[in-house]
Amino acid sequence: MVTKEQVDHIAHLCKLKFAEEEKERIIHEFNVTLKELEAFNQIDLENVAPTLGVNKHVQRLREDIVGPSLDRDEVLENTVEKQYGYFKLLKIVE
Amino acid sequence: MDIVKLSAVEIKEKILKKELSATEVVKAHLNRIEEIDKDINAFISINKEGALEAAEKVDEKIKNGEELGALGGIPIALKDNIVTKDTKTTCGSKMLENYRSPYDATVVEKIKAQDGIIIGKTNMDEFAMGSSNETSFFGPTRNPVNTNLVPGGSSGGSAAAVKAEEVALALGTDTGGSTRQPAAYCDIVGIKPSYGLVSRYGVVSLANTLDTVGVFGRDVSDAALMLSAIVGYDEKDSTSYENPTHLVVEKDLEPTEYIKGMKIGIPREIYLDQIDKRLIGVMDKVIKVFQSLGAKVEEITLPHLEYGLSTYHVISAAEISSNMARFDGLRYGYRAKEYSTLDELYINSRNEAFGDEVKRRILMGTYYLSMGLGREYYEKALKMRTLIIDDFNKAFKDYDIILTPTSPILPFQLGKLKDEPLTKDLTSIFTAPVNLAGLCAMSIPCGYVDGLPVGLQIIGDRFKEMNIIKAGLAFEGGMKNGI
Repeated sequence: MVTKEQVDHIAHLCKLKFAEEEKERIIHEFNVTLKELEAFNQIDLENVAPTLGVNKHVQRLREDIVGPSLDRDEVLENTVEKQYGYFKLLKIVE
Repeated sequence: MDIVKLSAVEIKEKILKKELSATEVVKAHLNRIEEIDKDINAFISINKEGALEAAEKVDEKIKNGEELGALGGIPIALKDNIVTKDTKTTCGSKMLENYRSPYDATVVEKIKAQDGIIIGKTNMDEFAMGSSNETSFFGPTRNPVNTNLVPGGSSGGSAAAVKAEEVALALGTDTGGSTRQPAAYCDIVGIKPSYGLVSRYGVVSLANTLDTVGVFGRDVSDAALMLSAIVGYDEKDSTSYENPTHLVVEKDLEPTEYIKGMKIGIPREIYLDQIDKRLIGVMDKVIKVFQSLGAKVEEITLPHLEYGLSTYHVISAAEISSNMARFDGLRYGYRAKEYSTLDELYINSRNEAFGDEVKRRILMGTYYLSMGLGREYYEKALKMRTLIIDDFNKAFKDYDIILTPTSPILPFQLGKLKDEPLTKDLTSIFTAPVNLAGLCAMSIPCGYVDGLPVGLQIIGDRFKEMNIIKAGLAFEGGMKNGI
């Protein structure tokens, strides 16, 4: 079972916030889903290796040659605030 | 001649024979969009000028006797999570309402290099999270078969655009069924290629180990043409595969020739409680069609298929939560007007710009990745994925293709399941395991029940796209011949 405190904790981790009534709905959905996941316990997974991806091929390497990259001005066009060719942020260090 | 009714293959032939110009083709489709898209809402943006310019270039090539690329003059739509330099890429979200990519996705470069004409960007569930196109910030897409129905999702805009004859071909994406399910709901063909066959560079990530670029066409040959034009290794996507598979289809064979010697498995696990019972009758007919074409059809077992949906849910949510962290309001995307600290900037921006479904999945994924909370579920899901893959590997030792319905439920009324995300998730029960195993699969129309289109899913082993294409051609031909 998921508690309201846990929802608050996770919401903080992923930088989201929820109204109280939304939390109720989320807790309900969580609990329905987690109950379904209990079915995993029907299967002995002790000696099963996890799958992290389906591509088993060897990653290739290439020579470290500088190539064309994205245009700085074009990249910065998508930000709200920029200065001196950089993204502008709030002052976070005093 | 009604140009918009032509298949992609026919359009290409007519342009090559100079019976039609690419400009005529593009104008006809733009007119069709003008006429019908207000009722369908398949498109988020249209690139009229770019499309007409590209068409002129194709016509110029024809005039000069230059060789034309594989997609010469064919109007194509792109799901709006595939980045393009010329138009905005919104992912169906307020978060990227005004986002303009500084580069083209590799699949876009490939389409352009082969003289395909990009008409516009299609509507989708927000960040591809959904199966009905109802979570789009730009309003829902309606199903051209019946505008009271959802078109499926998350690539519902692309499927609807192809069905409504607004374009001949389209690209979608498929992470758990997002190409196949809308193909089924809109009565067209959709192919999800094997993981790695098509580059994901420039495709906005949902769940990286499951994401693929899917293709739509109104028949199998069209969908196969679209797929063959975008496959191949890409040094910008380290998971892409340099594959020797040549997707060349021998044309105009008898349906029986395409399926000759194939063995087909029907998993007994598809007959679950939640399945719409009308689909069982359809499956019986499908089996008879394949049998009368000369295929050997047998019941098989995929013992862990029933855990597929839960496994998919946990793994995709975990990967989603990690991917969605990039939307922070700083470098691109929506930024809240009011904040006084950096934390508030993040929280307010994300809160104001993400829809409920996106927030739900980020939250759940964060839970599964948090130590001491849901981490155990995540670790179990990774192991369950192994067992699901093993099941398929065993089956493909003896069988060439596996058949299931694409979706266990038929297309539903718009708004009917709006507040029931868990029921909507059920539509992926037969499609998501295919992504977990990295296999290829096609959804192909197999008739109507009570006025609702039904899709058949043909699953093939990894990089055995030719098997599903051949089986699709055989089935399509068999249906046409009235078998």
